[in-house]
Amino acid sequence: MMLRIKRVPTVVSNYQKDEGEDAARRGGGCGRNCLQKCCIPGAKLPLYTFKRAEEIPGDKCVLEHDDNQAPVAFLDSLLLGQWEDRMQRGLFRYDVTACETKVIPGRCGFMAQLNEGRHLKKRPTEFRVDKVLQPFDGNKFNFTKVGQEEVLFQFDASEDGEVQFFPDAPVDADSSPSVVAINVSPIEYGHVLLIPRILECLPQRIDRESFLLALYMAIEAGNPYFRLGYNSLGAFATINHLHFQAYYLAVPFPIEKAPTRKVTTLGDGVKISELFDYPVRGLVFEGGNTLQDLSNAVSDACIFLQDNNIPHNVLIADCGKRIFLLPQQALGEVSSELLDTQVNPAVWEISGHMVLKRKKDYEEASEENAWRLLAEVSLSEERFEEVKALIFEACSYTLSEKEDEHLTQGAGDDKPPLEGTGSINKGRNCNMVSGTQECLVLQ
Amino acid sequence: MEPPQLGLIEQSFNSRYSNWAREALDELPDNFTITDPCISGHPIVFASRGFLKMSGYSRDQVVGRNGRMFQGPNTCRRSVMEIREAIREERGVEISLLNYRKDGTPFWMLFRMAPVFGKDEGRVIHFVAVQVPILRRRQRRRNGEGLCGEILSNSCRREVCSSSSVELAGVSAADSDCRALEIEEKCEASDTEKQLAATAISNVLSVLTHYSESTGRLVCEKRFGPSLVSSSLHISLGRIKQSFVLVDPHLPDIPIVYASDAFLRMTGYARNEVLGQNCRFLTGVDTDPSALHQIKQSIQAQQACSVRILHYRKDKSSFWNLLHISPVRNATGKIAYFVGVQIEEGSVDRHGLSPEMRQLSVVGSIKVAVRSSSMSYSIH
Repeated sequence: MMLRIKRVPTVVSNYQKDEGEDAARRGGGCGRNCLQKCCIPGAKLPLYTFKRAEEIPGDKCVLEHDDNQAPVAFLDSLLLGQWEDRMQRGLFRYDVTACETKVIPGRCGFMAQLNEGRHLKKRPTEFRVDKVLQPFDGNKFNFTKVGQEEVLFQFDASEDGEVQFFPDAPVDADSSPSVVAINVSPIEYGHVLLIPRILECLPQRIDRESFLLALYMAIEAGNPYFRLGYNSLGAFATINHLHFQAYYLAVPFPIEKAPTRKVTTLGDGVKISELFDYPVRGLVFEGGNTLQDLSNAVSDACIFLQDNNIPHNVLIADCGKRIFLLPQQALGEVSSELLDTQVNPAVWEISGHMVLKRKKDYEEASEENAWRLLAEVSLSEERFEEVKALIFEACSYTLSEKEDEHLTQGAGDDKPPLEGTGSINKGRNCNMVSGTQECLVLQ
Repeated sequence: MEPPQLGLIEQSFNSRYSNWAREALDELPDNFTITDPCISGHPIVFASRGFLKMSGYSRDQVVGRNGRMFQGPNTCRRSVMEIREAIREERGVEISLLNYRKDGTPFWMLFRMAPVFGKDEGRVIHFVAVQVPILRRRQRRRNGEGLCGEILSNSCRREVCSSSSVELAGVSAADSDCRALEIEEKCEASDTEKQLAATAISNVLSVLTHYSESTGRLVCEKRFGPSLVSSSLHISLGRIKQSFVLVDPHLPDIPIVYASDAFLRMTGYARNEVLGQNCRFLTGVDTDPSALHQIKQSIQAQQACSVRILHYRKDKSSFWNLLHISPVRNATGKIAYFVGVQIEEGSVDRHGLSPEMRQLSVVGSIKVAVRSSSMSYSIH
């Protein structure tokens, strides 16, 4: 049996409904305690403020608890406690801990979960899946429509450089708060949504500030088993309102174990490697002289992909120290026989965590099946080389804006050749070399 | 993160091995550390003289700290993950790793780690880690070229490329010249170095085994007998600082199978006095029977509940316990345990979390730990 790709979005909020139903009820006031103008004034939510990296001397990342022996970090406790609270209040569509889960035998260690409740039976309205950038549509479901009980806390940078927690802080619309909300169809315990600047109603697309916020969350949680993920439109994002997902699973993900081949180091110290011996081709970003450097490198790469209509997923792992970027084949190019209703190869599936709806599929789940499914959405080797080269060009273009004194070539000059290798050695001290550079293979 | 008290560290070592053990270990020429995964933060409890010399730190600077202090910006994260997973799965691992000395210079070493099991407990009580510096540079050669890597501005790179200069220079000089080089390459240890590591591990384990006999708390290299709660779960639970117990509803009389240190402190009992017992020893003369009834009903209905119940410590003093009980499922989806989280009425949390929220966060952490630890087919 073949695991197939499905396109039916998941329900992430109890307030996500069919357009028809929603319109019919929009007659009077909301009365739902949502996050829109009707209910926000006077609303209060817990607030957690984190310390920004530049406010700490030295490398903040080095100070983090990066192994599972560290004491439970505060954000960890807050998130887990709030989540358990919502669980006991019955806000989730099912108890995810009652879903059987296992590691599929094999060398990769793919994980499979039998979850009959996650995917809807009927199909709610979708947006078009062939465009990565689409404008925000206030008529469709978005996160300002969720009930406040689904929001766990506000998450923002601290004003005075100290980590602080306020159990009952007013929601100040003018400060454009970011929030963490539950995903009512969780894939694992603690599955939440991080919604940057929720009231600004940003569409699902990466920008530097929002990505940095996601990175801060990974760092603050201080737990390498708490990972964040992002799906662009066209790569199985469910809702066109900017959000990241996150959950806990204290086992290594196959993608984290995959061998990598170093490709290059950017001038700001960000190291980029590529995955090999993994069904999906992708890049791994690490290092950077500062946190912002790492964050910006990934953001810029995503911005390039979204501007060029290339669907992609991002996984933030290892407390923010390793970030995986995976471009996907446009859905239209995946063979039609595979566009059936079984598995969404979104960021978690691509990372190696499969949620299966039918017992039969769960029992027969094998490494080969999983591999074959994921390989379907991977870019081909040729196409990946092209895209990789363009990503590096995008990153180096941004660097050239910073290094005025080294600006001997404008971005418009010498477009790199695209046949296969895309070498763009501009000879500057940003250490940009092409992907065909021979590199050591890590066993 | 505060370093754990020195008392706990001393205890970790002294309760297991006789006094002569330290001397015997100090006589070994090898570089190694011994760590205790059951103490919060998984700290080093012993560091050999060779290790301190290699890393440039003094004993005080190392004991009580976690091994990550020797990692730095160019340490391969994937390798760190492999070590973390080996710890979690309580098995050995051997891997090349880039570490940093006190003066900031990086160096490659072959890292080999082995678990030490307590014979009575059947779980890991210590990890022994041996570090063999990799002196001979093993470079991958491709297409007949010299070293691979990037075009860097470091002009001495060419000189350093030839292996003869590297061998002459020795480790420290080569490090500063080759710093850029080391960042890029993965160093493979030679067979000699691997042999050194194997011998060192064996030496240390022999000493520990031998000197544990006189304390009566034997250790061994392999797991011996079943344990009440799986070891990897034990390690995860050890991270949680609050008072709680796990009980097993499938065993007769629903005994306690795990009790946190905070629980023991709150109630005044020793671990061996509570493991295997039903929680009723906490109740006494003035405990309200209806509260007990409520607890029993919730367990039967497989539901969570919160009760305010009068409990008694070992010294017979009583306290009001805001007790929260919840079922905990494992990877099969079925209930494996019930957790009971105790909060003494009137205690305050410095972060401002309400008692309810504190309890729920303990429940959440435990649910994650139990579910995850039972997923891997390779464990038990």
